[in-house]
Amino acid sequence: MLKKLVMGGIDWIDTRIPMTETWNKHLAQYPTPVNFNFWYFFGSLAMLVLVNQLLTGIWLTMHYNPSAAGAFASVEYIMRDVPYGWLLRYMHSTGASAFFVVVYLHMFRGLIYGSYQKPRELIWIFGMLIFLVLMAEAFMGYLLPWGQMSFWGAQVIISLFGAIPIIGDDLTLWIRGDYVISGATLNRFFALHVVALPLALVALVFLHIVALHEVGSNNPDGVEIKRKKGSATEEEKGQFTFHKQYSGKKDIVDAIPFHPYFTVKDIMGVSFFLICFCAVLFFIPEGGGYLLEAPNFEAANGLKTPDHIAPVWYYTPYYAILRAIPDKLIGVVFFGGSIAILFLLPWLDRCKVKSIRYRSWKHKLNITQFIICFIVLGVLGTLVATPLYTLIAQIASVGYFGFFIALFIYSKNEKTKPLPTRLTH
Amino acid sequence: MSNVPVNSGRRKFLTLTTGVVGAVGAAAVAVPFVKSWSPSEKAKAAGAPVSVDISKIQPGQLIRVEWRGKPVWVVSRTQKVIEELATLDSKLRDPESKEPQQPEYATNAGRSLKPDLFLAVGICTHLGCSPTYLPDSFNEQVEGVESGFFCPCHGSKFDMAGRVFQNVPAPLNLVIPPHYYVDETNILIGVDKGDA
Amino acid sequence: MKKLLIALVAIIPSLVFAAGGGVPLDKANYDLTDKASLQNGAKLFMNYCSACHSTAHQRYQRVATDLGIPDQMMRDSLIFTDSKIGELMINSMDKKDAAKWFGNPPLDLTLEARLRGPDWIYTYLRSFYKDPNRPFGVNNVVFKDVGMPHVLEELQGIPTAITETHVDEQGVEHLTVVGLESSGTGEMSSDEYDEAVLDLVNFLVYSGEPNKLERQSLGFWVIGFLIILFILSYLLKKEYWRDIH
Repeated sequence: MLKKLVMGGIDWIDTRIPMTETWNKHLAQYPTPVNFNFWYFFGSLAMLVLVNQLLTGIWLTMHYNPSAAGAFASVEYIMRDVPYGWLLRYMHSTGASAFFVVVYLHMFRGLIYGSYQKPRELIWIFGMLIFLVLMAEAFMGYLLPWGQMSFWGAQVIISLFGAIPIIGDDLTLWIRGDYVISGATLNRFFALHVVALPLALVALVFLHIVALHEVGSNNPDGVEIKRKKGSATEEEKGQFTFHKQYSGKKDIVDAIPFHPYFTVKDIMGVSFFLICFCAVLFFIPEGGGYLLEAPNFEAANGLKTPDHIAPVWYYTPYYAILRAIPDKLIGVVFFGGSIAILFLLPWLDRCKVKSIRYRSWKHKLNITQFIICFIVLGVLGTLVATPLYTLIAQIASVGYFGFFIALFIYSKNEKTKPLPTRLTH
Repeated sequence: MSNVPVNSGRRKFLTLTTGVVGAVGAAAVAVPFVKSWSPSEKAKAAGAPVSVDISKIQPGQLIRVEWRGKPVWVVSRTQKVIEELATLDSKLRDPESKEPQQPEYATNAGRSLKPDLFLAVGICTHLGCSPTYLPDSFNEQVEGVESGFFCPCHGSKFDMAGRVFQNVPAPLNLVIPPHYYVDETNILIGVDKGDA
Repeated sequence: MKKLLIALVAIIPSLVFAAGGGVPLDKANYDLTDKASLQNGAKLFMNYCSACHSTAHQRYQRVATDLGIPDQMMRDSLIFTDSKIGELMINSMDKKDAAKWFGNPPLDLTLEARLRGPDWIYTYLRSFYKDPNRPFGVNNVVFKDVGMPHVLEELQGIPTAITETHVDEQGVEHLTVVGLESSGTGEMSSDEYDEAVLDLVNFLVYSGEPNKLERQSLGFWVIGFLIILFILSYLLKKEYWRDIH
């Protein structure tokens, strides 16, 4: 009886919107490479953190006061007077850092397995746009508590636009809406942080997934699971049925449906991630001063700069590049360039083999040095600059940009290993 | 066609258990979101019990006190008014205060702790206007009754114990807030004795 | 007479900030579960600090409830303004007057322990010394040329600095405070004073984040629950993936 009612209900909906069809196409009959490893958890985790940020963010706006006079006190009001306000706030502040952790690991996955290569360039571009919007989102969000670090961090970053020739000064004035960072700046950042950028973020995530499902997932072997129709044997095609959208045009090999196999696997990943996330949230929400910086426990004061201004950890690699260059304009150019060059990755890498598993030692070395430079820059960006550190930052910056240049050069005629015909797992 | 070739009991059991535990987790996550809508400490402090000094109140006088953003009336009833209250039962909707519009200790003839002092939330039970106190011109509203409360919005009428008259839009008697006498001249509004 | 004993209160190696290092701080072994210490800290705070410093984000009621102080006692002996118990702990000092008296208006101390750290406050309050050249007659090893009098003088007395002259490479002389000597004029011995300061620090740590203990205890439950969920989801994953391997 109940079953009949439910089936009837589903039918009723299906004749109006393609619910079951969408479910099948994107989950139950979506072909996923069977050999996904650890690195493939971070996409779904990024989605989880996004939902966390959206929900806690919406709830925080219910108690937050976006004004220069009231912002700082309203954050403490949330921390003390609002029932469970402290938990919502820590979920949001810890979530911000967690977002960057999972996104960086997700990007690293794409880097080592060549997930940005043809035909997945657009997935990478949408992903980079997500990353860019995320950085803007985090930057604007960081102003809202209106602490000393909020104020002076924003001051430094907005001043970067002043390096642009001719229009620089007018541009910074326009961004601030005042001669200093003030309530006017706070209010526009608040509007962008809670409405405009989240909308953009959600739209871009949607496009990122649309693009992914059109092309299909890459995998640790970098070998496509879609072959020419009729070229695969029954044994290769395996036991599963996939949606005709995919199996109609191509033979699918070594794939399993996303649901239930990757749903249960991702649930496992989510549980493990939540253990780590909650350990930070409940026991070290300040993250030793890296997630919530100590100077931010003092209200913004435009007349007194904290002794040491460091951006939050997720910006520090780019910040270190900025500081390493002893010229304001060139520094800003390289600062922007360090992000912009990532967009070009699909065209800088001219190799036909995707996965690091089958690429040359040069590529392995290059990626290794890139990651080391990135981490070194990240650490240096949190420290007070000394001549020695600046020198190291300059060397690491060369390594950072050198990665892309070297890649472009050696990837044209790279000596790669033979690719397997089947996925290895 | 099912994509799941095997379906052992173990699989069903684990799916169910994980589902239930996951649902419990999701419900627990909802708790802080739901609870954060309850009045904050700030709201509670603003809505804290208020004290009213009645030492200077004149017979027949009404004083207004704000409690949780609402007017609370404190009215000194004359002997004449108290006597008049006993004669109105047939004209009222709920003369014996059967509806729970007052604390236990105010469920009596005068709906008050002391007969000569009446205390009520001055908000009409119809649509929330604040009725007007007519100490000696209530005759115009109800014949033969000298004093009472008349709501200007939709004409509801209440007697000097906040009891609603028949044939008016308001369905219920006026609300009596929790309160108690701290001493002879001070009343604390918003809290029952012993809960302070 | 221990008050007459000349005790070395703290050994502080250097006041030279130029080399980049600050003053080494003493560890404040505070204990948020120690109600008696918190209550004493609250008492000290209200008596010695609150005349100038507010804890404007905190409510009296919250302190009373969390520290186990009865409301009536809180009203009678710890609220020195005409504030109601539900109100924020804001003192009645006028900001403009304060700026005139002290140069800067006294800071709000609600979040001081999160801003500077408990060790800093603990060391700071034990590092005042006599310096007739300063407007209030005192200086501080941790906070050079501090614009605040030694408010706990009644308890500690005013220590005198033991100084050493140190000549740097350029031949410039620097006066360095290497230790503090108790004056013996305070009500407390130096151990008692350290204990009192620790209580005060404890209270300020509590003020910085009144939910800290609740947060941690909730954390254990949450993580315990998640471990169960993880084990279940691991078994579930294994069960489904038997189809594939």
